[in-house]
Amino acid sequence: MSSSAPYLSDEIGTSDIELEPNRKGFGRGLKAAGVAHKNVVALCADLTESTQMHMFRDEFPDRFIEVGIAEQNLVTLSSGMAAMGKIPFCASYAAFNPGRCWEQIRTTVCLSNQPVKIIGAHAGVSVGPDGATHQMLEDIALMRVLPNMVVIAPCDSQEAEKATVAMSEDSRPNYMRLAREKTAVFTTENTPFEIGKAQVFHEGSDVTIVATGTMTYQAMVAAQSLNKDGISAEVIHCATIKPLDEATILKSARKTGRVITVEEAQIAGGLGGAVAEILSEHHPVPLKRIGIKDHFGESGSPDELLRAFGLTHTHIAMTAHTITKKV
Amino acid sequence: MVKKRSYTIAQLNKIAQDIRKDILTALEHAGSGHSAGPLGMADVFTALYFDILKHDPKKPDWSERDLFVLSNGHIAPVLYTALAHAGYFDKKELLTLRKFGSRLQGHPERTKLPGLETTSGPLGSGLSQAAGMAYALRMDGETHRWVYCAMGDGELNEGNIWEAVMFAGKYKLNNLIGIIDRNNIQIDGATEDVMPLEDLKGKWESFGWHVLEVDGNNIESVIDAASMARAITNQPTVIIAHTVPGKGVDFMEYDYRWHGYGSSPGDYKKALARLRTLDGIIRSEHE
Repeated sequence: MSSSAPYLSDEIGTSDIELEPNRKGFGRGLKAAGVAHKNVVALCADLTESTQMHMFRDEFPDRFIEVGIAEQNLVTLSSGMAAMGKIPFCASYAAFNPGRCWEQIRTTVCLSNQPVKIIGAHAGVSVGPDGATHQMLEDIALMRVLPNMVVIAPCDSQEAEKATVAMSEDSRPNYMRLAREKTAVFTTENTPFEIGKAQVFHEGSDVTIVATGTMTYQAMVAAQSLNKDGISAEVIHCATIKPLDEATILKSARKTGRVITVEEAQIAGGLGGAVAEILSEHHPVPLKRIGIKDHFGESGSPDELLRAFGLTHTHIAMTAHTITKKV
Repeated sequence: MVKKRSYTIAQLNKIAQDIRKDILTALEHAGSGHSAGPLGMADVFTALYFDILKHDPKKPDWSERDLFVLSNGHIAPVLYTALAHAGYFDKKELLTLRKFGSRLQGHPERTKLPGLETTSGPLGSGLSQAAGMAYALRMDGETHRWVYCAMGDGELNEGNIWEAVMFAGKYKLNNLIGIIDRNNIQIDGATEDVMPLEDLKGKWESFGWHVLEVDGNNIESVIDAASMARAITNQPTVIIAHTVPGKGVDFMEYDYRWHGYGSSPGDYKKALARLRTLDGIIRSEHE
């Protein structure tokens, strides 16, 4: 027996599913947050359209600040603005923000405990032809080790919109990673979102698949095909990687006895690392971690790269077959 | 605007000397910490906390206060001592400097001690935070408040500083006033040997800043420079404060080895004795 949550799209796994980059949801969410809260401001490092901050800029030109190509300044200016009561969202590509300004984030945002909202766009190998320099894979690990920091990877544009509004109302430092490519929009207005809460998107009993970011959709499609093969997979979407919803993950692991993690990032220090930590401490069970394994990306089309790195529903399903020994 | 002073220059000089003594005593108790920078900047901090800044030690979060950002956090001893003398906390607490459980961390932490606006230590990030504050004040129409940021000269090696210099120049943040501790030393030696900064004035001017140069060990000059800076309405101002590192202790003055030297408590005892001996003799090399 398996079932999908009723608040998700009926078109999961079909060619009718709507496609949109999740960064567009961020753009809409930021504008909505700007309407709701007049202390929300936006800072960008010369990537206003690709980070989708232009929606906010066009609505609130006086609350948008062009910083130029200077990510260290981007985040430290944001810290100063937060000190004055602003809620600053600062955006660039994840390779540069938080990639280049990690120490400034550590000292002036996390240690100083200012509610700066760091937006890393174009994360993952699905950035495509730009190659390894621009395919940020270490951001989850870099942000997850910082005290006070919250780490969020929304699964689609709908959730990114909700997450952005939630971030504007959260008093902690936040990091959100976004993808460049269009991906399936499979959550709906009715899908619950809460920072720090994982959602069981698909119930199952044979294996737990814990996924984050746009990989959750691949996990959902894998669960459908596994169902046909007689394997009941439970899919947990971990939009918040830190703080990790340990209770939801452990409850499922106790039920299924097997866990697979899926992320478009380094498994070392990433979601895979985080889940391995809590399982080994509280409930050791067989674990397979799907993600990037101590490797850089390279140029190619997004689909080619996702296949090459095993980040597809097919690969997730194969891994589930292996871990449940029902090949 | 003529600013009414509540202290005479003679009184301020006395306060600066008392701050120097308490810095050395605190460092002696701590058994480590930077000495040259804090001693060299005692006059600037006295000018700031006893004349220039609009602030209320009894209400550190006062919504009308000016903001002071210390970028080179390693000169924390002079900041803490100035805060204590101004009345933010009991001077006895200075003896907890750098000790376990103290609010006076080795480098300043905003969340630990009321009166600190930022957390600093890793160099090069203070001016950006100060610029963010200045920008926010302007957005909110709070034109009667000022943001001051003290930086070390060696710290100007950091690229983050120049990103902030470029930013403040572009947005003409006239409510932002930088103060550079131009003492010509950093850990590995003289600034001009480690990584030359000159033409320092020309560099800042070319980025759109108004530049003032003063004797940073002359309190009246520092106060006057801050008044002039506040009168500039169309660009940010930086005050290059020429200071004597280790000021007041003859065997420390001008010697870069004292930048971070602080392992021997005996050295501080000796320094304190010299400071007392020289009391009232040394005023300013630039007079």
